[in-house]
Amino acid sequence: MFRRFSRHLGKISAIVAAATVLLTGCSPEYQVLNPVGPVGRTEEHLIILSTVLVAIVLVPVFILLAVILYRYRDKPGNTAPYNPEWVDSRTLEYVWWGIPIVIIGILAAFTAKTIFTLTKPPEANIKPITVQVISLNWKWFFEYPDQKIATVNYCEIPTGVPVQFELTSDAPMNSFWIPQLGGQEYTMPGMAMRLWLQADKPGQYNGYGANFTGVGFEHMKFKVVAASQSDFNAWVNHVKTSSPVLTKAGYNELKKDGLANEASYSAYPPGLFNDVVMQNGGQYMYGSQTPSNSNSTKNSSGNMSNMNMDMSNMNMGH
Amino acid sequence: MNTVPHWGIFITEPMILGSDVLIVLTSVAIVFVLTKFKKWGWLWREWLTTVDHKKIGIMYLIAALLMLFRGGVDAELMRTQLALPNLSFLDAEHYDEIFTTHGIIMILFMAMPFIFALFNIVVPLQIGARDVAFPYLNAISFWLFFFGALLMNISFVIGGSPDAGWTSYPPLTELGFNPGPGENYYLLALQISGIGSMATGINFLVTILKMRAPGMTLWRMPLFTWSVLSSCVMILFAFPALTVALALLLLDRTLGAHFFTMLHGGNPMMFINLFWIWGHPEVYIVILPAFGVLSEVISTFSRKATFGYGSMVFALVAISIVGFLTWVHHFFTMGAGADVNLFFAIATMVVGIPTGVKVFNWLFTMYRGRIRMTLPMMWAVAFIPCFAIGGATGVMLAVAPADYQYHNSYFLVAHFHQALIGGAVLSLVAGMYYWWPKMFGFMLDERLGQWGFWFFNIGFYVCFMPQYALGLMGMTRRIYTYPAGLGWTVPNFISTIGAYMMGIGFLFIVWQILYSIKHGKRDVTGDPWDGRTLEWSLPSPAPHYNFATIPTIQGRDAWWMAKQGELDKKDFLPDKDDIKPIHMPKNSGRPFILSVSFFIIGLGIVFGVIPFEVIGGLGVAFCMFRRSFEYDTDYYVPVDEVIHTESALGRLQG
Repeated sequence: MFRRFSRHLGKISAIVAAATVLLTGCSPEYQVLNPVGPVGRTEEHLIILSTVLVAIVLVPVFILLAVILYRYRDKPGNTAPYNPEWVDSRTLEYVWWGIPIVIIGILAAFTAKTIFTLTKPPEANIKPITVQVISLNWKWFFEYPDQKIATVNYCEIPTGVPVQFELTSDAPMNSFWIPQLGGQEYTMPGMAMRLWLQADKPGQYNGYGANFTGVGFEHMKFKVVAASQSDFNAWVNHVKTSSPVLTKAGYNELKKDGLANEASYSAYPPGLFNDVVMQNGGQYMYGSQTPSNSNSTKNSSGNMSNMNMDMSNMNMGH
Repeated sequence: MNTVPHWGIFITEPMILGSDVLIVLTSVAIVFVLTKFKKWGWLWREWLTTVDHKKIGIMYLIAALLMLFRGGVDAELMRTQLALPNLSFLDAEHYDEIFTTHGIIMILFMAMPFIFALFNIVVPLQIGARDVAFPYLNAISFWLFFFGALLMNISFVIGGSPDAGWTSYPPLTELGFNPGPGENYYLLALQISGIGSMATGINFLVTILKMRAPGMTLWRMPLFTWSVLSSCVMILFAFPALTVALALLLLDRTLGAHFFTMLHGGNPMMFINLFWIWGHPEVYIVILPAFGVLSEVISTFSRKATFGYGSMVFALVAISIVGFLTWVHHFFTMGAGADVNLFFAIATMVVGIPTGVKVFNWLFTMYRGRIRMTLPMMWAVAFIPCFAIGGATGVMLAVAPADYQYHNSYFLVAHFHQALIGGAVLSLVAGMYYWWPKMFGFMLDERLGQWGFWFFNIGFYVCFMPQYALGLMGMTRRIYTYPAGLGWTVPNFISTIGAYMMGIGFLFIVWQILYSIKHGKRDVTGDPWDGRTLEWSLPSPAPHYNFATIPTIQGRDAWWMAKQGELDKKDFLPDKDDIKPIHMPKNSGRPFILSVSFFIIGLGIVFGVIPFEVIGGLGVAFCMFRRSFEYDTDYYVPVDEVIHTESALGRLQG
């Protein structure tokens, strides 16, 4: 029975693999493979490229394995050559040291190009919007420094405009991830991190807290609404006119361990984001500088050289 | 100390109560059996005080299998909870404890003792030595590991398990967010067993470099021994980073230091760096010996020497060096600059090159060979495609911008399970099957083993392939439940079925072992697989002194050459006139007592009970003091006894 089964195993796995690939391409559940913005698309291209490149090695390995196992099986009357002394071949070794080196070389080149691309705004000619994000136990707090409004567990962004998310945490570190817009970046206490994203299509997208932060972690999901610039402006005005003000005391209440519903605030304590960064350790890194203003270029952000990796350009993010 | 256990928890929680009852029942049963059959003395003399590498290896193996069971139960509980959306089989608190202990136990208390089991059982026999370089230290290593594991395992029933992930990132693990004793258990259990791991690294490094039989040059060394050598070098450089990270976090938690807190200048990032400077090499520490096992098994069952020996050795050494330059890939998303990310992305991809070369060399070892599909070979062959996919997804994760999308998702979960199960577990099981007759002198039942093999291996793909899909669907790791309507239900359900299949596979292996203890075919040849290396020239199991006379090695795979008539087979059998008294180490109960003392210190620090810390500390100091003034540590096996043993085995010449 085992022998019969193993003979079919190859066929079965080929069908399963093919089915997986086909399903993967079309189904909207695969958020990572259905990006709606330039950042997510760039990353998707790299995912596809790397899959193809590793397949160049994987497929021959599977075929060789199957053929060799069958042809050189230890069975009386097997006429395949048996050559126990043949244990070295310079030529073959060159081939299989060479092929992976070439593949890795290609992949490394594309990786390098994309890593640097993602540190810049996806569109150079459009004025970006800034959203500051604070992860709390166990909810997400968003503030709009230009619009002077704030939200909890959802955020709204205009389509076609690069969004500069500035991230920090007023709790254990989490990770800010909206798969359909692009990859994630951590929210770290005492640091201001930067993530460029952009949505080109109006719609509602899932956001996730991706790094474990304790018992309420599962509930750290949030909603991202992308709307046209005019709809976005209307939403801002609506929040400004109809929502309550968030006071410092209100923020401290919000900060306590626990879950929260979606909420909107027509105003929030000024400088909240920077204060949070500074209180949680930022004062040792940024000195007298304001974390969220020490952006874009390589900055002289305090005495960060005492860290064992180059974090001085941390606010470049990607 | 604010880490008072909640005693009420013992009776109110059904799961903990159940575990309590099971532990008490099992302990009573063990005590009863030992007393009834008057086996206490035997247990003490033959096992608890032994310094024999073969017995220590067997104890490591038993511990590894027990921990595989414990970690496996954790996995089944998690998969049951995730089978469908919104289940409440486990609550968040329990789920968090269970995913944490699953990770810690599988890596540190299952994979590590499993590789150490094979180090101990195989290396001295393979290089023609009578024991390891420091047998007493070897016993200390084992018992420190054992009591570290015990400390970890009692946490669930006494005070609560750690619940912040096996990576234990501060500030979540600092007192402010995690006041219970669970995290202390983690720090102490790893610290205590970590001392043992470092000692093992030193022990086998010295053993391999200094105790090889005459004629066995490095270039004639079997590939498994080469892999152990590379792994030991990595242990030496990697484990100190973990020791420092754990010690500093412990200072934060117990003495109010601020190394990794959010306040007073602490820097949580430093822990993460230190942890992964150990953590990534740790993966290779576990996988390199697995590569070594594979080279031995594939070559034996293809009746052909390993293809490209030089290349294989070079690849092992290359991985052990480049493996230290990849740790930042665990946090590409924590704000390192583009240039830093690029360096670590490329270094990580580069590790894939020697790994790929090894796969091709294994394939060409089988090419033009004669392949026998025995149990060890089946597991070794299953390794190749499984690990190839795991390695390939590893290269995909190394592409930093793509990793921004994979990080902390189920894609990552699927990848590292495929690398560690496909890479380490499959080949360690292959190694267990391969050297089983050498350890115990009997063969394992083939039929039950095949059932185990197919359930486990098919179960693996059913369990983990859907998880790659879940990652691309946005499912993050460590969530205890998920809502319906995201498309996550079907893949999760399939994955749970796969996990059950793997569990059934494991039960078949346990059944196979129990069945074979009684019914297994005895191995009277000492060479049941037609092996190639020195250990197969000995009887199964080997006498306690291993080699009556140490053979002189005249080639790679010398035992195979002797069987082919290229060397004289008589060189591997003892000649009556050549036998001299054999110098051997004496047993000692001190490693056991020393480790119990460490355990007491550990328990004391976990709960802040100072008398425990003092008593344990005095115990450690006393043991070390006594050892320093001990001169009667060895003895000679008389010639008559050796002659008697060898002639009873029918090996004596002349």
